[in-house]
Amino acid sequence: MAALLDVSGLQAAYGSTRVLHGIDFALEEGSITALLGANGAGKTTTLRALCAMVQTAGEIRFDGARIDGRATEDIVRLGIAHVPDGRGTFVNLSTEENLHLGAYVRRDKRAVEQDFERIYSYFPRLKERRAQQAGTLSGGEQQMLAVSRALMLRPRLLLLDEPSFGLAPLIVREIFEIMRAINRSERVSILLVEQNAAMALDLADRAYVIETGRVVLAGTADSIRQDEAVRRSYLGY
Amino acid sequence: MDAFIHQVLAGLATGGIYASVALALVMIYQATHLVNFAQGELAMFCTYLAWSLINAGCPYWPAFVLTVVFAFVLGVVIERVVIRPVENSPVLAVVVVFIALLVILNSITGWIYSYTIKTFPSPFPAEPLFGNKYMSSHEIGAMGVTLMVLLLVYAFFRFTPLGLAMRAAAQNPVSARLVGIRVGWMLALGWGLAAAIGAVAGMMVAPIVFLDPNMMGGILLYAFAAALVGGVDNPGGAVLGGFLVGVLENVLGAFVIGNELKLAVALVLIIGVLVVKPTGFFGKVHVTRV
Repeated sequence: MAALLDVSGLQAAYGSTRVLHGIDFALEEGSITALLGANGAGKTTTLRALCAMVQTAGEIRFDGARIDGRATEDIVRLGIAHVPDGRGTFVNLSTEENLHLGAYVRRDKRAVEQDFERIYSYFPRLKERRAQQAGTLSGGEQQMLAVSRALMLRPRLLLLDEPSFGLAPLIVREIFEIMRAINRSERVSILLVEQNAAMALDLADRAYVIETGRVVLAGTADSIRQDEAVRRSYLGY
Repeated sequence: MDAFIHQVLAGLATGGIYASVALALVMIYQATHLVNFAQGELAMFCTYLAWSLINAGCPYWPAFVLTVVFAFVLGVVIERVVIRPVENSPVLAVVVVFIALLVILNSITGWIYSYTIKTFPSPFPAEPLFGNKYMSSHEIGAMGVTLMVLLLVYAFFRFTPLGLAMRAAAQNPVSARLVGIRVGWMLALGWGLAAAIGAVAGMMVAPIVFLDPNMMGGILLYAFAAALVGGVDNPGGAVLGGFLVGVLENVLGAFVIGNELKLAVALVLIIGVLVVKPTGFFGKVHVTRV
C-alpha cells in the first residue's frame, strides 16, 4: 500500500542556515506517526516544510501527488491541517470565530454545523467558552482550541506540533486520549512532533528519531521504545 | 446658542467624512502597519470620475454606484500591481511608494481635468429638509450616507465569513494561511474596500469643499488626526475620532481661532496625541519583545 505521506530527501533552510539535511519518512493512512528528537533537531521545521512555511528542497508526496512547491493555502485545501508551534490562536477573535476559521475552505455548511457539535462533545469546555475572546483562554483550553480548529477542516492528515507544551500532565493525557479516539473513529492520520517521548510512543504506531536535521532511527513505536540509546536520551530510564 | 448648535451639527456632518477616511486608513494600517498617504488622492481621483460621469449625462445615483465599484477595482489593482512587489521591503520603501502614488494621482488628475476648481452636484435638495434651520439637506444626507457606509462595513466584518477571514489575515497572517485563507488577496480586498469607502467620502465632501486636485489634502490631515485620536488600530475609535475632530474643528474655527487656522487644529491634535497618549484614546498598548 502506498503511504499517505511520503517524504524523501527533504531539506529546509531559514535564510542561509540549513536546518534539515535530507529527511526521509513515510506515514501510512490511518496511522499515528511520531517524530522525536531533542530541542533544535528539526522537528518543528519538518512540519513547517510540509506546509510550505519554509524554503524546502526534496520531494513531498501526499496521497501520491507532489505537494512540495505548492502554496500553504493550497496544501491546506488537500486536507492537511497543521496545529503549529505556539498554537496559532487568533487571540483577538472569539472561540467560535476561531473554529469557523478552521472550516474556512469547506463549502458543506450543514456538515460544518454538525462538526461544531462534535467538537463541543469532545471538548465541552470550549462550548462554555465559545463567545469568549480566545486570547483569554487558559493554555490547556487554547491547545484544545488549536486542535479543534484543525479538526474543523475535516483533515485527512493532522500535523501536531508539541501538543503537550507547557500543559499540566492531566490535560496532556486528556488531549492525547481524544487524539487517539479521533484517529480510531474518524481515521484521521496524525503526524505528531513531541519532546515528551514516553507519551508520544504510547500514542504512536511508528516513530522516527531526528537528530540535527537527519533521521537517525526509524521503526514501530515498540521497537523504538526498546532501543537502548533512545531509552537513555529521551525516556530517561 | 443657535449658532453653536449649527456649528456642532455641521461638524458632525464633516466629521462623518473624516470618520470614513480615517476608517479607510485604519483598515490598511491594521493589515500592514503602514499609513496609506495616498488614501485621500485615491478618493479625489474617484470623485473626478464621478464628476465626468455626471457631466456626461449619467444620473447621480448610478454614477455614485459606478464610482464606488471603480474605486474598489482600482484599490485592488493598485495593491496587486504596485504594493505587492514591495510588500516585504523595508518600511521606507513602501512609504515612498505611497507618496509616489499620491503625487502621481494628483498630477494625473490635474493633467486630465486641470487645476481649476469645479462645482460638484449634491444629490440632496437645496432647501433644508423638514424646514429645520440647523443643517442643510446636503449635510443631513451626507451624514446619512456615511453612517450607512460605516454600518455596512461593520456588518461585513462582523457577520460575514469573508469579513472574518480578512480580520484573521490582518491579525495573524501565518495562522490564516494555515486555515487556507489567501492572505495576499485579503490584503487586496482591504485596499479595494478602503478605496471604495474613500470614494464615498470624496463624493460627499466635494459639494462642500468643491472639486480640485488638492481637495483631499486637508481632509486627509483631519482623518489622520481622527485615526490617531481614536487609536490607529481601532476602527470604532477612528470613527468616533472622526466625528470628534469634525465638531472640534468647526466649533473652534467658528468661535475661537477663526476659519483660517482650522487646519492647525488637526495638526495640534496629531502632535498632542502623539506626545501625550500615542496609543490614542481607544487604542491598545503594544509591547514588543526584543
